[in-house]
Amino acid sequence: MNISLIVPCFVDQFYPQAGLDAVKVLERLGMIVNFPTAQTCCGQPAFNSGYWNEARAVARHQMAVFRDAGAVVILSGSCGAMVKVFYPELFQGQPEEAEAKTLAAKTYEFSDFLVNKLGVLDVGAQFSARVTFHDGCHGLRELGLKDPPRQLLRHVRGLELVEMKEAETCCGFGGTFAVKFPMISTAMAEVKCKSAIETRASVIVSNDSSCLMQIRGLLDRQQYPIKTLHLAEVLART
Amino acid sequence: MEPEKKNMTNREIILGRIREALKSPEAVHEVPVDPPSSFKQWLPPVGDSLEEQMDLFRSNVEDLRADFKLCASLDEAIRCLQAMAVEYDWKKIGLHRGVLTETVARGLDLVKVMTDEGYVLADLESCDAALTGCDALIAQTGSVLVSSTTSGGRALSVLPPHHIVLARENQLVPNLTVALERAQEKYGDQYPSFLSLITGPSRTGDIERILVLGAHGPKRLTILLVR
Amino acid sequence: MNPHAKQFNAAARSTTADLHHREWIQKALGGYYAKRDENKDRFQSWSSARTAAAAIKQEAITHLDRYLVEFADRLEARGAKVFWAPDAQEARDYIVRLAREKQVRSIIKSKSMTSEEIHLNDTLEREGFEVVESDLGEYIVQLRKEAPYHLVFPAMHLNRGQISDLFQDKLGSKPTNNPGDLTMIARNVMRRKFCEADMGISGANFAIAETGMISITENEGNARLTTSLPPIHVAIVGIEKVLPKLTDLALFLPMLSTAGAGQLLTCYNTFYGGPRQPGEPDGPREFHVVLLDNGRTRLLADAEQRNALRCIRCGACLNVCPVYKNVGGHSYGTTYQGPIGSVITPHLRGLRDWKHLSQASSLCGACTEACPVKIDLHHHLLRNRRNAVTSQTSVPEKLLYQGFAFVMRRPEFYRLAAGIARLLRPMQWLVQGTWLDPLRPWTKTRSFPAFAAKSFREQWNQRKKT
Repeated sequence: MNISLIVPCFVDQFYPQAGLDAVKVLERLGMIVNFPTAQTCCGQPAFNSGYWNEARAVARHQMAVFRDAGAVVILSGSCGAMVKVFYPELFQGQPEEAEAKTLAAKTYEFSDFLVNKLGVLDVGAQFSARVTFHDGCHGLRELGLKDPPRQLLRHVRGLELVEMKEAETCCGFGGTFAVKFPMISTAMAEVKCKSAIETRASVIVSNDSSCLMQIRGLLDRQQYPIKTLHLAEVLART
Repeated sequence: MEPEKKNMTNREIILGRIREALKSPEAVHEVPVDPPSSFKQWLPPVGDSLEEQMDLFRSNVEDLRADFKLCASLDEAIRCLQAMAVEYDWKKIGLHRGVLTETVARGLDLVKVMTDEGYVLADLESCDAALTGCDALIAQTGSVLVSSTTSGGRALSVLPPHHIVLARENQLVPNLTVALERAQEKYGDQYPSFLSLITGPSRTGDIERILVLGAHGPKRLTILLVR
Repeated sequence: MNPHAKQFNAAARSTTADLHHREWIQKALGGYYAKRDENKDRFQSWSSARTAAAAIKQEAITHLDRYLVEFADRLEARGAKVFWAPDAQEARDYIVRLAREKQVRSIIKSKSMTSEEIHLNDTLEREGFEVVESDLGEYIVQLRKEAPYHLVFPAMHLNRGQISDLFQDKLGSKPTNNPGDLTMIARNVMRRKFCEADMGISGANFAIAETGMISITENEGNARLTTSLPPIHVAIVGIEKVLPKLTDLALFLPMLSTAGAGQLLTCYNTFYGGPRQPGEPDGPREFHVVLLDNGRTRLLADAEQRNALRCIRCGACLNVCPVYKNVGGHSYGTTYQGPIGSVITPHLRGLRDWKHLSQASSLCGACTEACPVKIDLHHHLLRNRRNAVTSQTSVPEKLLYQGFAFVMRRPEFYRLAAGIARLLRPMQWLVQGTWLDPLRPWTKTRSFPAFAAKSFREQWNQRKKT
């Protein structure tokens, strides 16, 4: 099966391993992965700040890049929500409305694709660790993806999955919110990290690298030994 | 401008604003409204039989820290009330006229403050207990529906520290919808000015979220259901 | 930055750093979460109930003129007086005039956010009336001369020691560590006030059009006493409180209580349909209902956001908001706090001054998930942000995002920009944490990731070659 991959801009520049591991997993499952190199960004930063015209301009480019793609797999809950939920809203009543809806319908967040489209729970992964999962808000609430990442993790050999009390609580990233209201953002990160540490897990896993950037940022500064990994990085391990 | 005229103008101003505001097309098309009979599919379930409803009512009332006593007869209710008067050392009780309340209070040798023709506030305020009827008991929530008609006015059931409600078996209804529908049937257009759903004794959690009973209303609520 | 935004930032900065506050609020809400979930689970379908409640409220607000007229006409037929207040000033004037006319001296109040919205207490006190809040939490913050901390739990931020000190100071009572004793102190004070007050002022949770009644939800019994003993009862009711039918309460009362207080039903849910009727032994001789617009019709006119008028003021969105939990109720500087406050305050008080509240959110959506009437609160925050940008452009920000769009539409420019950023990164290391650092808001408390040696697309291209 031919799939096209959307790699969020920050994964591209800061966390490429997550992207490479996602490709590894998808190819292991028999997918032919295309990466259209003309892709750039989903436009969410402009959208969240209220600059919807500018967001539309970027979205039009992104839609053009994936116009002829089959299934599109996207490596982040927040970018996934931008495409699936907000592109149709952005283009409501505009000429590109139909195209936005088409792209939204054929786009899947990574765990959503594996579990709900391919029907796969066991990707043949092996990773001995005590792991706790952080639910990125967009993936959880805009896309409704509470179970798929957990189902995938439960089938990883050797992995012990524990739930943290604040699993569903926002980590405080929120895009520009993290720099516009850093004191609130940091407090939220502290609550998240404290809850993760309480589980005595050695790794925090999420399907959203922007969340992991925030969480990793606080953990490093406060020198907590707990690691962070993207879901794809765990599933790639054999 | 005189107050009445000003108010009419204000009314037109606000209604005018509303009509103007609603002219803009709806962003989402309207969704049909479900009839009240469908609420029971989503709200907490209630059994169909009287026994199930009685059990549910009892367990809800006990969870609410109120008392429920099933009296096989009026005589038993009379004795029950007498026992309470002794246990709680009542000196004065407030009540209103009615077959049920007057009958059950027969055995009480206390000062009685009747509210029907009006009352002195200080007298009611110093009552140890209040005895009233009710409109309905609701199994789903463990609530009592009272009105100024069935409970001797507004203050009787809330001012004294112990409220005793008298009810008959046929007053037990499964849920809130039925209770409200029956009240509408019973009163038609001539509503009492006051109806209240009482669910347990008065309480507050305003201090450190710690539960304290008897904030401003009664600390004790007793429901006597007479067969 | 406007003064309201400055105040918010300053308050947020100090409260988010207060670890004791953080723990305290976490603990206070923990109990609520447990009870709320327990009662939600008793519903056979909380989600269907939400859908039904949303539809009923939507019906009410999209026919608001019809229902308000029905409500007012029925009330007036029973001897109540309905005053239509287009704004806060008219509402205050009416109540002051009424109090003067009836030679009122002391006024007792039950909890009403609407009365807070119009700053009624300040006005009444300035005019020489004694005003006492009878709800325990409201009474406590009134004595402390501060605003309520939370929509539903006004004194959530205080511990028993602080309350004991307060009562000792203001009431001359003996110090005590026992919440029951503290409650009794307030109860005894209030008893006298209920019996002696010349006027009782309340709010309303719902206004039933079909029967011309207001409905008040409470636990303490103070609203029942406020509205039963004084000879005059005034209720201030926002026009959006309307529900079409009496039986709608069978759905709304449990939902309000569950979402707002974690109880299936609060102790008292009381319906008032008029002043004392002939044959009734007590109750106020006069019943006045003040219907308040004060900007609600502005929100109604915004077709995209008018569903925010469905709000039943339960407080559920505050209870789940991670921003609220960290900045606390006092930081907002508004009557309505938390997500709903951030959504509606720009409509009630102006976008220019209050848009910062819509920006102070990570858009996590917990509020939307919690709302019993399915208001898409966090999407409204996005819309507020868009409206703020279109109505008042910040030139530097506009240039920034136009630049962003320019780069992101052109893959070669994106790669160029990434390349430049990589080159400049070592320089950022040099100034990291200082005022020269453009990333300082981040790097003050968190480390910023390094650029990967090779980006994903570089490694992908390499793969292709092999």
